[in-house]
Amino acid sequence: MKCWIEVRDGALVSAEPANWLRDAGLSGAQVQFAGQVRDEAGRVKALHLEHYPGMTEGVLSTIVEQAAHQWHLNGAWVVHRVGTMQPGDDIVQVAVSAAHRHAAFEACAFIMDLLKTRAPFWKKELIDDRWIWVEARERDAEAAAAWLREVSAHEPS
Amino acid sequence: MIEVRFFAALRERVGEDSLAVAPPREVATVAALTEWLAQQYPQVARALAATPRCMVAVNEVLASEDAPIAEGDVVALFPPVTGG
Repeated sequence: MKCWIEVRDGALVSAEPANWLRDAGLSGAQVQFAGQVRDEAGRVKALHLEHYPGMTEGVLSTIVEQAAHQWHLNGAWVVHRVGTMQPGDDIVQVAVSAAHRHAAFEACAFIMDLLKTRAPFWKKELIDDRWIWVEARERDAEAAAAWLREVSAHEPS
Repeated sequence: MIEVRFFAALRERVGEDSLAVAPPREVATVAALTEWLAQQYPQVARALAATPRCMVAVNEVLASEDAPIAEGDVVALFPPVTGG
């Protein structure tokens, strides 16, 4: 399986993952997720993301390994942006390729849900000329926990 | 020495990126370390009190409060992550 993991201080290009994953007929399915900066009804003027260099790449690799253990994947692409960005900009790209669509859909959702709760990124939003840290959401933790329960239920004992 | 690193809102509240500390030998877990730090550094005590549900990493791997720590470890404390 090929794998591309990157933390990028610069714009993401939406065609990049699909081009990189292209494998001349090996895969029958490719799923790509893009997370974007919401303006929250015009209140958010900019978003800033910081991360823990070194740990971030390690956590993302571990998540992709877990996905590859659970689903038969041919390729996985995870690129997360850091620094300052504008509403509408892409923050993160997760893309996977597999022989069949179910594996691709599920692995993409799994990687994204675990990234949300484990990868050391933090967002702050510029609202009314003040930078405000974004609070974590309880439902993100629940989504990751649900996958892990499902995955462990299928582990050989 | 143990290197303690802070990120995001916790870093801003502490006012430092990191601290190099030499706690006594009986400080052997993450929980004991944070308790000791709070006693030694008032700004850490205030920052931790203002940051409920802190996450922890030991040597760049997510860890729990009862994880053991040893000389040379890098212990990172941070608010719940909000990427993606």
